[in-house]
Amino acid sequence: MEEQGKGKLQKGRAWAAWCVIVGGLIALVLLMTFSVTKGSAPISLQTVWDALFNFDSGNTHHLIIKDVRMPRVIASAMVGSALAVAGAVMQGTTRNPMADSGLLGLNSGAGFALSICFAFFPGVGYHQVIVASFLGAALGTVLVNGISSFSAREAKPMKLVLAGAAVSALLTALSQGIALYFGVAQNIMFWTVGGVAGVDWQQVRIMIPWIVSALMGAIVLSRSISLMSLGEDVAKGLGLNTAIIQLLCSLVVLVLAGTAVSVVGAVGFVGLLIPHLTRFLVGVDYRLIIPCSAVLGALLLVLADLGTRMLNPPFETPLGALIALVGVPFFLILARRQRRAI
Amino acid sequence: MKEILQKIEKEKKQMEFKKRMVLVICAVLLCVSFIISMNTGYSQLSPSDTLRTLFGGGTEKENLVLFKFRLPRIVISMLVGAGLAVAGCVIQSVSGNQLAEPGLLGINAGAGLAVILFVISSGGSVGTSVFSLPFLALLGAAGAAFVIYMLAYKRGQGIAPLRLILTGVAVQAGISALTTVLVIRLDEKQFDFVANWQAGSIWGSNWNFVLSLLPWMIILLPIVFYKGKVLDVLNLGEDVAKGLGVSVERERGILLMLSVALAASCVSVSGGIGFVGLIAPHLSKRLVGPRHSILLPASAMTGAVLVSAADTLGRIILQPAELPTGIMIAVIGAPYFLYLLAKSR
Repeated sequence: MEEQGKGKLQKGRAWAAWCVIVGGLIALVLLMTFSVTKGSAPISLQTVWDALFNFDSGNTHHLIIKDVRMPRVIASAMVGSALAVAGAVMQGTTRNPMADSGLLGLNSGAGFALSICFAFFPGVGYHQVIVASFLGAALGTVLVNGISSFSAREAKPMKLVLAGAAVSALLTALSQGIALYFGVAQNIMFWTVGGVAGVDWQQVRIMIPWIVSALMGAIVLSRSISLMSLGEDVAKGLGLNTAIIQLLCSLVVLVLAGTAVSVVGAVGFVGLLIPHLTRFLVGVDYRLIIPCSAVLGALLLVLADLGTRMLNPPFETPLGALIALVGVPFFLILARRQRRAI
Repeated sequence: MKEILQKIEKEKKQMEFKKRMVLVICAVLLCVSFIISMNTGYSQLSPSDTLRTLFGGGTEKENLVLFKFRLPRIVISMLVGAGLAVAGCVIQSVSGNQLAEPGLLGINAGAGLAVILFVISSGGSVGTSVFSLPFLALLGAAGAAFVIYMLAYKRGQGIAPLRLILTGVAVQAGISALTTVLVIRLDEKQFDFVANWQAGSIWGSNWNFVLSLLPWMIILLPIVFYKGKVLDVLNLGEDVAKGLGVSVERERGILLMLSVALAASCVSVSGGIGFVGLIAPHLSKRLVGPRHSILLPASAMTGAVLVSAADTLGRIILQPAELPTGIMIAVIGAPYFLYLLAKSR
């Protein structure tokens, strides 16, 4: 009897997941189209259509759509799904509800690289800064994984969490120190709150293959992540090589969040909010959580980006702040109705 | 059989001895950092001058430097370290989460928001009214903690750890978002002040602040130490604790309030020092084990050593400029902790 009930529940959750994915994708397309028409210069839907299919390089509106708004909207969707999936993977593998991609030292590593760039090489170009941020993020991840892999006796996820917190604190402190000493703190802040505003096609073209392949990787790993979320002992007992899975997951998170962070700065809270929301909607199976997180994350970031432009035109509200302000009430409701943590 | 028992007994004694040694070593380190700290600063004094002044034979200038500027700062850094470390230890045990620290209760975020609001409303003349700042920071910290507490409270269940963590993270993120929105409007000078405050510069260093902090510590620390047994039981899990006759919800509430009071009073004078509350309990857990009767005092000691050493080093490294203490804590504390983590079994 109970078995039957469980089967039903499982089916119900898969059904919910398909609803989220299909409904979310439709909503995403509509929202992205709508978002392209909004901004300091309002553009009609008809013009958007023309810009897409009969592009006229003499038309300013067409140029705005093609060179400014399209890359921006696409980048928001990519970044949103990347951060959300990275957060889901982190929460699943470390079994900590406070975990997100920042815990692997990604954000702090990127911040460290940024502060060095601004303090010692003030003249570097936009693209070099992005490359440097990614290298910094990679440095943070390598440090965290390296230190937590020293001895295999202690439970690995716990060690990863602790090493992540300590490495992040260290890198953040170093970048704060550099920033304050060289007087570049404010410049760095403007860079990090900038969000997706300055994204161009070249960056989008670089981002897409990385993020798409890492998303695929996350989906391939999702079964193992579900097992990891049951606890390391259970996962080992079921024949999973937890060390390798942990490493692969770290790699996926690095590519996803590292790309996102280096292009738009540390947009917090997406990686925390979306996995919790998704778990609430579709249950604890990561085969469902990961694709749903990707869709919902993209939706949230496109929406937030639209908000940054609409709230106080022609000024832009900081993206991270807007996401937190929208997300916090949601999250509080979730916290009160939580069923299971991981 | 008897031999084995004797051997076990002997090992046990050795362990106890080792744990006590940790406390002794901490005390020695504390003294060392006190002496070095007395000797460092903008105006150079030789060790013998310092000693002479300490015992009452100093010139007017030496007295001024030592007793008016350096001593209160050292005392504050030690108190703040001990308070934040104990608060962090309590929060980690109550929430059962490795990543918990006083900031989770909104302390740092709330105090930071209050400071920024103050900087904005005072319009640039930050230096003139330093005295109201700790009070405002305390108010902000307590306000944020209160909001988190109310949101995480559910009738009949009290404060469930998971709900507390999620609520704490969310409120913290919300307040930080507000802070970001406000911070981008500041001019350069105001921004520098706020950035320094957030990085944790122990700037409220005079005897008034010592006097305002001391009573909290004297009253709250012993109460928390007394509650050590309850924390031990809570660590065993909610069901076991209930089975052993602990009223879990009530005790959780009391312990959280104690740590909020400790952390908020510390942060209000020290600025945004959060990391010590995370790292000192973990460090001491690795040094003396998980029993709170020794873990709590050990946390207090390691916290005090960390903050006072960090404060001293922050003044030495870039003389005559100063690095905020919060930064130095991470620079010293994180590598040592990572070393312990890497070699642990």
